[in-house]
Amino acid sequence: MLSEEEKREILAEIRQNETAQAACLEALKIVQKHRRWVSDQEIRDLAPLLNMTPDELDAVATFYPFIFRRPVGRHVIYLCDTVSCWIMGYETILAHLTKLLGITMGQTTTDGRFTLLPVSCIGACDHAPAMMIDQKLHGNLTLERINEILNRYE
Amino acid sequence: MERPLTQDIKSDGQPLTIDEYERTGGYQAIQKALRDMAPGEVQEEVKAANLRGRGGAGFSTGAKWSFVPMGADAPRPKYIISNSDEMEPGTFKDRLLMEGNPHQLIEGLVIGAYAVQADFAYIFLRWEYLQSARRLAAAIEEAYGKKYLGKNILDTRYNLEMRLHTSAGRYICGEETALLNALEGKRGIPRSKPPFPQLSGLWGRPAVVNNAETLCNIPHIIKKGAEWYRGLSRSADGGTKIYGASGRVNKPGAWELPMGTSIREILEEHAGGMQEGYSLRGIIPGGASTDFLLADNLDLKMDYDSCQMAGSRLGTGTMIILDDRTCPVGMLLNLMRFFARESCGWCTPCREGLPWLAEILHAIETGEGEEEDLEVLATQCRLLGPGHTFCALAPGAVEPLQSALKYFRDDFVRHIKEKKCPWR
Repeated sequence: MLSEEEKREILAEIRQNETAQAACLEALKIVQKHRRWVSDQEIRDLAPLLNMTPDELDAVATFYPFIFRRPVGRHVIYLCDTVSCWIMGYETILAHLTKLLGITMGQTTTDGRFTLLPVSCIGACDHAPAMMIDQKLHGNLTLERINEILNRYE
Repeated sequence: MERPLTQDIKSDGQPLTIDEYERTGGYQAIQKALRDMAPGEVQEEVKAANLRGRGGAGFSTGAKWSFVPMGADAPRPKYIISNSDEMEPGTFKDRLLMEGNPHQLIEGLVIGAYAVQADFAYIFLRWEYLQSARRLAAAIEEAYGKKYLGKNILDTRYNLEMRLHTSAGRYICGEETALLNALEGKRGIPRSKPPFPQLSGLWGRPAVVNNAETLCNIPHIIKKGAEWYRGLSRSADGGTKIYGASGRVNKPGAWELPMGTSIREILEEHAGGMQEGYSLRGIIPGGASTDFLLADNLDLKMDYDSCQMAGSRLGTGTMIILDDRTCPVGMLLNLMRFFARESCGWCTPCREGLPWLAEILHAIETGEGEEEDLEVLATQCRLLGPGHTFCALAPGAVEPLQSALKYFRDDFVRHIKEKKCPWR
């Protein structure tokens, strides 16, 4: 069940849009902000507010890589695997991260601290190799810097 | 050298506030356009400036606007959208403009809106540009506060509402009809054209989509005129261009330079040349979906026509450099995996063809390739080219591959003969 707070935020968003459906991505983001991911139940709860069927809404939700339809950890690491970052050492960074965290792409650490995901070019090619953790960009990555960066996330 | 788009961007990394923007002459172009010019005159001025779309396709901006129905009988509401989805690999030019001077984009969007008499303006921004999102949202608030947005802008009876839409990933959303579907709350898949968005764009109403850098040029054209603007350029296309370079260069970055600046000047003077121990083998000039150029092309002017004559495209104008210590087959494999992942899946050649190309490239890169694979790759490049797919994603995807097969054929053959990647 959507919380009152979620509902309030979603209805406010719908009012600002030309149609309820146009607010669907924002609505998914609101749910994700509160719960870290969007479950089948929330898809079913959200859909009528947006004048969509649950299937239509799920088609949108699963289209976007930054909407999570499965649980993720407390922090999500998005490691850019596209061309400029690849040239500048993505593979070394990936090998280091997977060893450090004991997980591969798409997995979450057993303590629920980190989920590691690939991401397409994040427009930080001038600071390659780069990654984002949650909402923060980390560029010019080196193996030494990665340990220090990860320590900032509990 | 004049750098109208970037000269006022501050070196401390902070965006210009509205007061600072006004002190640099900001929002004067809105006053001029809305008070002294008819919408058609704004379109004509931009057409005369030879401003071509900076998102990659290079279509005349003034001409693009001219297809929007005008007059009392035109369907309403009408829309204008800043394509700020910047997801072309290797491209980070719009980020620089939006983070550094968000009001410049807003002013350009308002003038563009006025030129087509739009009622609503959207900025369609990629999720990852959180810094741009914060700054644009704050700048839109400031602009409403000073009556540059909203009802009766500057007492001219022109009304415009502006909204920021932040997306959630997917390269295809930068394709303008996919972007429009995404704004309507649908899956971001492309639409068949015609009808063109200018006639039926958002909810069946007219909509025009312009790249963010394109729009940032508009205030300057209106303020200083088409003739001045054309004079900024070293080629027939008007203005300056935000060029960029990434890969093994000494100073990766983006710089505003006259349109038609040579690759050599960008690479050597601005990007600081190749890193020590690396030499240049190839250049993808305008984001991932453009054909390779070679070291022989260093004196090529980076403008639309010159790049086309050299067998490539200006695209986004941000170059990706292939060095001698990077495997070209590996690079193509990386690119093709990107395009395969980002295919929206709507049309069969793209959905099935791109993963197949990636699989073949993976086989070659890991020593499992066969001689015939090169023929298959070449054939697929043709079959995924223009005219065979719903949108430009797959034709763009095969551009670097078709040129790599030509320029780096020996490297492909070596992988197959030696049954391994010589770079590993």
